[in-house]
Amino acid sequence: MRALTTQARTELALNLRNGEQLLVAIAIPVLLLVFFSSVEVLPVPEGVNDAVDFLTPGILALAVMSSAMVSLGISTGFERQYGVLKRLGTTPLGRSRWVAAKIAMVLALLVIQGSVIVVVAAFLGWNPDPRAALAVVAVVLGALAFGGVGLVLAGTLRGTVNLAVTNGLYLLLLLAGGMVIPLEKLPGPMSTIGELLPSGALSAVLQTILREGAPSAGSAWVVLLVWAVAAPLAATRLFRWEP
Amino acid sequence: MVRYGEVRAVDGVSFRAERGAVTALLGPNGAGKTTTVETLEGYRRPTAGSVRVLGLDPVRDHAAVVERIGVMLQEGGVYPGIRPEEMLRLFASYYDDPADPDLLLERVGLTDRRRSVWRRLSGGEQQRLSLALALIGRPDVVFLDEPTSGIDPAGRQIVREVIRELRDDGVGVLLTTHDLDEAERLADHVVIIDHGRVLADGTPAELMASGQADQIRFGAPPGVAVASLSSRLGAPVVEGPPGEYVVAAEATPVTVAALTAWLAEHDLPLADLRAGRHSLEDVFLRLTAEADARRRDDTTQDLRPGRTRRSRRA
Repeated sequence: MRALTTQARTELALNLRNGEQLLVAIAIPVLLLVFFSSVEVLPVPEGVNDAVDFLTPGILALAVMSSAMVSLGISTGFERQYGVLKRLGTTPLGRSRWVAAKIAMVLALLVIQGSVIVVVAAFLGWNPDPRAALAVVAVVLGALAFGGVGLVLAGTLRGTVNLAVTNGLYLLLLLAGGMVIPLEKLPGPMSTIGELLPSGALSAVLQTILREGAPSAGSAWVVLLVWAVAAPLAATRLFRWEP
Repeated sequence: MVRYGEVRAVDGVSFRAERGAVTALLGPNGAGKTTTVETLEGYRRPTAGSVRVLGLDPVRDHAAVVERIGVMLQEGGVYPGIRPEEMLRLFASYYDDPADPDLLLERVGLTDRRRSVWRRLSGGEQQRLSLALALIGRPDVVFLDEPTSGIDPAGRQIVREVIRELRDDGVGVLLTTHDLDEAERLADHVVIIDHGRVLADGTPAELMASGQADQIRFGAPPGVAVASLSSRLGAPVVEGPPGEYVVAAEATPVTVAALTAWLAEHDLPLADLRAGRHSLEDVFLRLTAEADARRRDDTTQDLRPGRTRRSRRA
């Protein structure tokens, strides 16, 4: 138990010490939320009076993506490249405790991000439909999906290539995933693709849960569930431990 | 034997390393040292043959083995943004009865660097941290892959002292090196490998005493009249590289006196004189040269028409 808690605490400390990771995990989501809530340049879906009501669920989905895919994926990629994972292989830590520590680290990041975003959104006049328990389920499924994607890249690409690809994917999933730009405002085929992306599915699900009057998201739950199972499974198959 | 696809990285490497002794795997780059050590650590599964560490199978009994071994990889193995103190405490949490991180930092001379981030440490400091990490679990056996490469002389001294202390505490130490001097100074037992095969195996003294018949080697200006010297000494004298001579005779006081007298008569300076024992370097160079020659012969024979063989080196 001591090994697990020390491992999780150390990994979290290393992540929070890293300026770029903090930028992606906290600064960018908060900046997007504040900017687009105050300056109404983005389109919002029909029936939304206040931009913040549409933006907050999407920004929460973005936070999940930044912790579970970007922070986890980039740090794990470099740990693989620097031989840390290889070295851990000859300690008694073991893979299951390593995975548990990574999950704990991502959950801790999510709690920090979620609190900051909810507080900022409340200041901006956000008035959620509080079905928090269901939102937690959606966030966990999203974390599994994005974490799996992040680890597939981290476990197969070199550290710097992984860094570039993960950041590129982050931008792509952000723009095409209904997080700040509503899916229905994207051109036809792009909006269909967006619905099949993990980012599109998670933001659609969070919209339904947290915004009154949002369209119901039955198919989005299915898409999210498929990603949450398939991506971690792919990671366990494809992940290479050695540099 | 360990194969990587078509390549036999290690083939028929067989040796024992004892507790309370330092065993050095000595060989040039690409000889198969790291492959051998990583097989012992459980990273590679041998294609054929068997490996036991503390009587256990490093792959099958992995969980039991890792409790009792300490590993220093050739490079890396540490979180780039971590501090030495933090890393040692992290690793200490993996073991039931770890060593004291502060004492270990002191032992490897990193106490005043304990709060510096790993990527800002010098190469030698990084090596010493890796060594400390190998020792944090109070191991019975340690595997050190090139423990002194890229390290400054003071750091090298520290690493060697720690290795000697480990041996005195009864720990089995297996290290790899391509530094002959290091093997000669540090090892109780040297295994010379090249191209994945063991060329020789023994204590440094045994290896240096073995091999060629008695000889006297000396340095003098190039082009000395070897025929004349040879008839005076009653033994063949040959000039190897210009200015380096070998007399095929036992180094008795009489022979050595005759040699120096002859040089004095011809007014020749004596640059250096060695008798009897070879240095480990002599042994190593001779063995690897012989192995190379044998391999060349094999390849020539295999190039007969109708038979082709591709040979690749790891």
